[in-house]
Amino acid sequence: MSAGARHLYVHLPFCASRCGYCDFVTVVGRSGRHEAYVDALLGELELERVVLAPRLESVFLGGGTPTLTAPRSLGRLLNALPEAEEVTVEANPETVTPELAALLRRSGVTRVSLGAQSFQPRLLEVLERRAQPADVRRAFGLLREAGFDNLSLDLIYGIPGQSADDLEADLAEALALEPEHLSCYELEAKPGTRFTHAHGEELARQAEQMEWYFERVVARLTAGGYRWYETANFCRDVARDLRSRHNLAYWRGRDYLGLGIGAVSTIEGRRWRTTPRLARYLAALRGGERPEREVEELPAPVRRSERVLLGLRLDEPLSLAELDGAVDADAVERLERLGLVARSRGGRELALTERGRFLGGGVTAELLA
Amino acid sequence: MELDRIRNFSIIAHIDHGKSTLADRILELTETVTGREMRAQVLDSMELERERGITIKAQAVRVTWNGHELNLIDTPGHVDFTYEVSRSLQACEGALLVVDAAQGVEAQTVANAYLAIENDLEIVPVVNKIDLPQADPDGASAEIAELVGDDAERVLRISAKTGDGVAAVLDALVERIPPPSGDPAAAPRALIFDSSYDQYRGVVAFVRVVDGAFRAREPLRAMAQGTRFEAEEVGFFSPTMRAADRLGAGEVGYVITGLKDVSRLRVGDTLTSERQPAAEPLPGYKDVKPMVFAGLFPTDSDEYPDLRDALEKLKLNDGALFYEPETSQALGFGFRCGFLGLLHMEIVRERLEREFDLDLIVTAPNVAYRVLTKAGDEVEVHNPAEMPRELEQVEEPYIRASIIVPKDFVGPVMELNTERRGRFDHMEYLSEERVLLVYELPLAEIVLDYYDQLKSRTRGYASFDYDVIGFREGKLERVDVLIAGEPVDALSLIVHRDGAYARGRALVERLREEIPRQFFDVPVQAAIGSRVIARETIKAKRKDVLAKCYGGDITRKRKLLEQQKKGKKRMKQVGQVEVPQEAFLAVLNLDGKK
Repeated sequence: MSAGARHLYVHLPFCASRCGYCDFVTVVGRSGRHEAYVDALLGELELERVVLAPRLESVFLGGGTPTLTAPRSLGRLLNALPEAEEVTVEANPETVTPELAALLRRSGVTRVSLGAQSFQPRLLEVLERRAQPADVRRAFGLLREAGFDNLSLDLIYGIPGQSADDLEADLAEALALEPEHLSCYELEAKPGTRFTHAHGEELARQAEQMEWYFERVVARLTAGGYRWYETANFCRDVARDLRSRHNLAYWRGRDYLGLGIGAVSTIEGRRWRTTPRLARYLAALRGGERPEREVEELPAPVRRSERVLLGLRLDEPLSLAELDGAVDADAVERLERLGLVARSRGGRELALTERGRFLGGGVTAELLA
Repeated sequence: MELDRIRNFSIIAHIDHGKSTLADRILELTETVTGREMRAQVLDSMELERERGITIKAQAVRVTWNGHELNLIDTPGHVDFTYEVSRSLQACEGALLVVDAAQGVEAQTVANAYLAIENDLEIVPVVNKIDLPQADPDGASAEIAELVGDDAERVLRISAKTGDGVAAVLDALVERIPPPSGDPAAAPRALIFDSSYDQYRGVVAFVRVVDGAFRAREPLRAMAQGTRFEAEEVGFFSPTMRAADRLGAGEVGYVITGLKDVSRLRVGDTLTSERQPAAEPLPGYKDVKPMVFAGLFPTDSDEYPDLRDALEKLKLNDGALFYEPETSQALGFGFRCGFLGLLHMEIVRERLEREFDLDLIVTAPNVAYRVLTKAGDEVEVHNPAEMPRELEQVEEPYIRASIIVPKDFVGPVMELNTERRGRFDHMEYLSEERVLLVYELPLAEIVLDYYDQLKSRTRGYASFDYDVIGFREGKLERVDVLIAGEPVDALSLIVHRDGAYARGRALVERLREEIPRQFFDVPVQAAIGSRVIARETIKAKRKDVLAKCYGGDITRKRKLLEQQKKGKKRMKQVGQVEVPQEAFLAVLNLDGKK
């Protein structure tokens, strides 16, 4: 760890509009600020560079809508960021043009994560997404044509009004595109969002009917040749490792540096979140100052708990070697009897069974000492 | 004082009909207290009594009127305390029967009037609150005269509030109530009609001397229990404690015993002198038996020792309170407590919460059962969980209920009583409008929500009272609840055979709603013996995951899981099933009823 963080996250908050279900830090409009924001990011990178390892494994540009950033600014940013084996950019389908695809390709991006969410116009409307199903297919084609061989699609299920047939159709459409990677999230109606206000009751009514959608997603994708390598993530099960290296770093408890407003870093037992306020962030970095941050110390027991809760999201066993006291031994026994967890290598490793993974949240809560 | 100058009497009245106010006026008029000393409702000493308008503990006050010594023996206002009431009445030769001129006769008045008549007391009927605008003194007089078989002309009409007519009440007491009979020369005998505990002086017995006389420093004996002690002091209340040289035949007063344990001196026992012991005790001593039982558990298990101490202290002043430790799967450590009745239970609970600042869970009450086992043993069961599954016969307590309602509500009341396994005894018209219904009912049928039902079905007009008339055989079944095949003692019920299916059904449905879904299917069953009478299944959870978890929200996700973990810790483990305490409470708690 002292060798420095090998994973870098860069937050690009700009969006054309805010989707109702979103609770990320986003900035709508303000297109005049893109240059200034990229300047600030690069300034912040200089200030924090000391915590980075000489060679990075992954860089991830997330948002917001990173691809909404003015191409000139985006290109400048990508070229200035340190090189890494995996460089991912999140993209919204409606922002993908041949020029953008070429720019990303040219600027060292190795992987694009495309926010498809659904292929049903009606459901896209509920989610307040701007793209149409045709946009998703078109964007996907453009990225392929530009030479990308590692594309990921995001899908959302459990959308108000989504029938079982809708779900099947979305999965079939996604599979037809043959992406290397798929992220499938159940829609979370987060308290306080506009979305919950508008659809919360409907979701509660549908909860029972949608309860088995998760199982269905896993069954369909694994049957389609995908590996269910993390609670919500799938990759084509081929010789080449197509898991998201950047996200694997989170789930394996690695250190990472986050740049940009609202970005979180975790380095050597300390976690901080940079101010989510754009004006303050820009002002601080204009003056060469580090922007305000909220700091959280992570004592050893907390770090161990996090290792358990993150590690058990993966399909690989979690080594308990350095996790003394983080796991409740009685709970392990009990959950093993229920067929929800399995120990291996003489009890030195722990993994969730398939059924356990569907209940991963509750099972982990029980396992944590 | 010579016997023929002594009058001993009680005041019988329904709550709020003005007993305490009348007592206050009597103290003033007889100059027992000066105006400055006068505090409203001098006799009710406990904070709670004052607030609820209920007198829990009897006391006796001596006043003088026209050369006569009058002893006012205060009686508890509710027949949960029937036993205590009858002790108090046994110490008297007469009673003032007070009825509110606006309300008329109430069920409680009837029950206590019957007790007075059974004790051969001379009843002096009084209509109070004639100053109220809505007063109907003629109607109330007619009702009360009908009840006690007296002439309506002889009913005294007063306003205890203004003092109007109270002097005439005192005159009537002297004229109509006979002086006590008793033999001043015989071996001393005194009836203990109440007792209280003083932290410095020990048990104080309130007595009515029948024969002979009692003096301080005299060795005494309680005849039924055999307890021996020396009287540290004798005296009377006027209205505070006044020591006296002696308490003579016919007189009422107190004896300070120095005993440190109230259980060694039972109300109803007879005191006599060791030097000149009486041959026979006074009649009528019987053990007080609690009839209604409930579990009391501290909400916070750390408060268990506090609850134990509080019960110990309450017991010092409340010989009728019974308690023993109970361990419940669901609620942890607590006590199974026995009460004379529902009001007694309410009062104990309130005192625990108020005077001892405890936060309590009170389980739904049940009654005492007498069980004849297959082996031929007779046992008393206070807790459904202890009811043997194999038995020969069960008996449950029955009550005689007096219900007074306007005649339009007779139908609904009869219907309710029929639903509750009631047996119609008789019906009387107290006036053209008001009817007295007398039913015999199993006590178990009224401990739950009978009173609420009665009130709602009669739009609040019914007045209700009861006394226990004994044990009778019942077709009772023990219904067990099994969660994932594990019987849960805390949820066992004893119900009548005819209601078993419905109760079992309701219980498992409620539990299915209250118990969160688990990692596996959980059957919830109600069973009589090995026969399942109702079943519901709590379906296993199919998913329970945090959808997304990336670098930006690890802290929040961790906190969510910690929260979930904390929630799980609050649950009770029944076999493999986690049951939140709330689920038990929904079924068990008196307050949690739907």
